[in-house]
Amino acid sequence: MERIKTGDGGIILTSSEDLMNWARLSSLWPMGFGIACCAIEMMATYASHYDLERFGIFPRPSPRQSDVMIVAGTVTFKMADRLRRLYEQMPEPRYVISMGSCSNCGGPYWEHGYHVVKGVDRIVPVDVYVPGCPPRPEALIGGFMKLQDKIRKEHPLAPKMLLEMEAEAQANEVPFSSETHNTDKVVA
Amino acid sequence: MLSNQEVAEELIKKFGNDVYDFEDPYGLLTLTTTREQIIPILEYLFHHDRFKINFLTDITGIHYPDSPGQEFAVVYHVHSLTQNFRVRLKVFLAEADIHVPTATPVYASANWMERETYDFFGIIFDGHPDLRRILNIDEMDYFPMRKQYPMEDATRQDKIDALFGR
Repeated sequence: MERIKTGDGGIILTSSEDLMNWARLSSLWPMGFGIACCAIEMMATYASHYDLERFGIFPRPSPRQSDVMIVAGTVTFKMADRLRRLYEQMPEPRYVISMGSCSNCGGPYWEHGYHVVKGVDRIVPVDVYVPGCPPRPEALIGGFMKLQDKIRKEHPLAPKMLLEMEAEAQANEVPFSSETHNTDKVVA
Repeated sequence: MLSNQEVAEELIKKFGNDVYDFEDPYGLLTLTTTREQIIPILEYLFHHDRFKINFLTDITGIHYPDSPGQEFAVVYHVHSLTQNFRVRLKVFLAEADIHVPTATPVYASANWMERETYDFFGIIFDGHPDLRRILNIDEMDYFPMRKQYPMEDATRQDKIDALFGR
């Protein structure tokens, strides 16, 4: 959409959904924790050179205040319980970025590790995978931008059932309209 | 400044045949003892007037699967902070009787070190107040640092130095 900046005051027309999504994706607060060497790159990304704060990304000391969890490093079996608990303590909507090979798939411990979870997606649902060992700060920023794209397309206000019906209709290639659906089903 | 020689002589004078296999690789006094004498030796070095070897740097284990009757060793590193002097003490154990007395009465810091050694090698420290796994999950039913698991294939070509710019 073209936006002409005239300098005059004016009116912006948008939908409440877009406004909410814009607000949410512009202040993603990650939980401030790191597990292994990827955390060093993550800290570099937070710091002055790459400055995640310019995206509104700012680490929080508590899962209760966080929107996104960056799993930056090797998740051991012993850590897995704790990680899952921290994830469950985060309020919804919540997101997970898996940073680096270890948390993507077990990384170098894939075959011979006796203590490493073979991918953090076995513990928590992952939204974005950032490849690398460790990923460079640019890659982590890229991961955040992917997550922002994902949030931009979300429908936080739409009723879940309506979205499900739409998806079902699309899968069956039936054009969606209220007539094609039995109203009893909506009530049920 | 203490010399390896004088500490070794004192130990032999005090413990006789229970200390043996003296070495000094890279200048580090290393000796072997029995599990009956390890705690008295640690106490002796701790309370010695001149040596004051009263800091426990580390406890670890080694697995020698090919030496029957001496499959496991427990290694103690102790340090004198005032004399800047270190000693390494080894105790060999048989796999069938993998027990050694705990050092926690002498060094409180031995608590976690012994738990770690138990965690990775399965060495039982008799008298330890809380001997359970420390780094691995409680449900683990094997001791991962024992040399009974296959090594990575040394012939694989996807991890050669050239690929990493070395």
